[in-house]
Amino acid sequence: MSFISYLINGLSLGSVYAIIALGYTMVYGIAKMLNFAHGDVIMIGAYMALLAMTQAGMSPVIAVLIAIVVCTVLGVVIERIAYKPLRNAASSLSVLITAIGVSYLLQNIALLAFGSNAKTFPSVIKWSGITLADGQLNISGVTVVTIGVCLVIMVVLVAFVQKSKPGQAMRAVSEDKGAAQLMGINVNATIALTFAIGSALAAVAGVLYCSAYPSVTPYTGAMPGIKAFVAAVFGGIGSIPGAFIGGLILGIIEIFGRAYITSQLADALVFAVLIIVLLVKPTGLLGKKIQEKV
Amino acid sequence: MAMLEVKDLEVYYGVIQAIKGISFEVNKGEVIALIGANGAGKTTTLHTVTGLLTPKKGQVIFEGKDITKVPAHKIVSMGMAHVPEGRRVFAELSVYENLKMGAYTRKDKNEIEESLANVYKRFPRLEERKNQMAGTLSGGEQQMLAMGRALMSKPKIILMDEPSMGLSPILVNEIFDIIRSVSESGTTVLLVEQNAKKALSIADRAYVLETGKIVLEGNAKDLLEDDSIKKAYLGE
Repeated sequence: MSFISYLINGLSLGSVYAIIALGYTMVYGIAKMLNFAHGDVIMIGAYMALLAMTQAGMSPVIAVLIAIVVCTVLGVVIERIAYKPLRNAASSLSVLITAIGVSYLLQNIALLAFGSNAKTFPSVIKWSGITLADGQLNISGVTVVTIGVCLVIMVVLVAFVQKSKPGQAMRAVSEDKGAAQLMGINVNATIALTFAIGSALAAVAGVLYCSAYPSVTPYTGAMPGIKAFVAAVFGGIGSIPGAFIGGLILGIIEIFGRAYITSQLADALVFAVLIIVLLVKPTGLLGKKIQEKV
Repeated sequence: MAMLEVKDLEVYYGVIQAIKGISFEVNKGEVIALIGANGAGKTTTLHTVTGLLTPKKGQVIFEGKDITKVPAHKIVSMGMAHVPEGRRVFAELSVYENLKMGAYTRKDKNEIEESLANVYKRFPRLEERKNQMAGTLSGGEQQMLAMGRALMSKPKIILMDEPSMGLSPILVNEIFDIIRSVSESGTTVLLVEQNAKKALSIADRAYVLETGKIVLEGNAKDLLEDDSIKKAYLGE
């Protein structure tokens, strides 16, 4: 029974990683950059939901919506101010370094605004969950909701990218910005939309993560952010189903590592996965082969 | 008044001047060829016309409107389509999705279907392969797809960059027949080609580019007989 319980907890943690990884992978696919500040947007989202609930006394649903709106705007503003001016920079390294800078900026703003002490995150999901197998297996409400939300996001996102007009524009921009422009697609607007979606998802992930591990510090986003990045690489960066599968597998590995090996090694295990993936299959599980243009 | 007018265009890549003040015009219904060797500035010229590049000096005027500073994504809905060099089809999208992408700015659903039917009529092979990923098509088919995609925007003028590049002689003839029929159906054509002989054989007028300048212009027929052209571009 404990095996199944670990598996479900792994899926739940993996769902959070998957939601974060979607933001990484979509931004990479379309803007061809690694947005290392993505993890810290999660933290901002968590603080926003926290403030809305504890300071303003809002209902959890409204609090989550506020977090989503703030993070969406934040993501678009970061892209506009920090990344867009570098879009045609000679070296992609400059954008990468800028992203790391933005990451520290967000952490330090949070430090200034909210202090370094961990704040308790109130539970967003009041439901106690399901009990199965004559009370031997208890799945918490947070776990069920997290997995459910992740599945819904995944299905909606795939449908959006495949079927909707902005989704089609995203696919075109991710393949060839110049050709996309010739079709009449506004590349800047498409990239901004991608950041908006990724950051909205980060807010959702932030609330879910802090519901499972109920405390927030200015560094809360850093670790899940970097693990979700590993998940995105594991699944094949640029691939939406890849981020989903990569996130789930990584969550399961981490929980199993904690349960069966030692909790001190769980994080190391996750990064060992990154190293092995890069050695064995650098494009990740579902990643595309990089084709030379003829 | 010319449909498309390019005036004293100067384009730089950093400090390197690629286009050194060129002027030309395209009248409605014409097929105009820009010919010249590799590096003469033909592609740069087309990119500047459709807004992918911004010139340092000069003007691009389309149907009386100055479009020099209009961003590339706003050009296509004005009635100008650009078939880029190397086809640049969306490899991971199906043939059908590529064609739909060509009509991205159009909102008239029924008319889009009509354009699609026309493209399939013109390129039966694209209909046969409509669900195939564009990246799996042969070079000739990709060229047809790139042209079909451009036609999906219902352009008044179509700019084609090296449509014959990398194709077998039979396919080159096929592509040029298609360009001629596109022109006959009322679309103005601005054609950039290294294959000067083929280009001049279907063009009304032509401009010869050399290192960023127009060195010769005239009726295509006359240029085919011109000794310096024969020597430099026709290998005779």
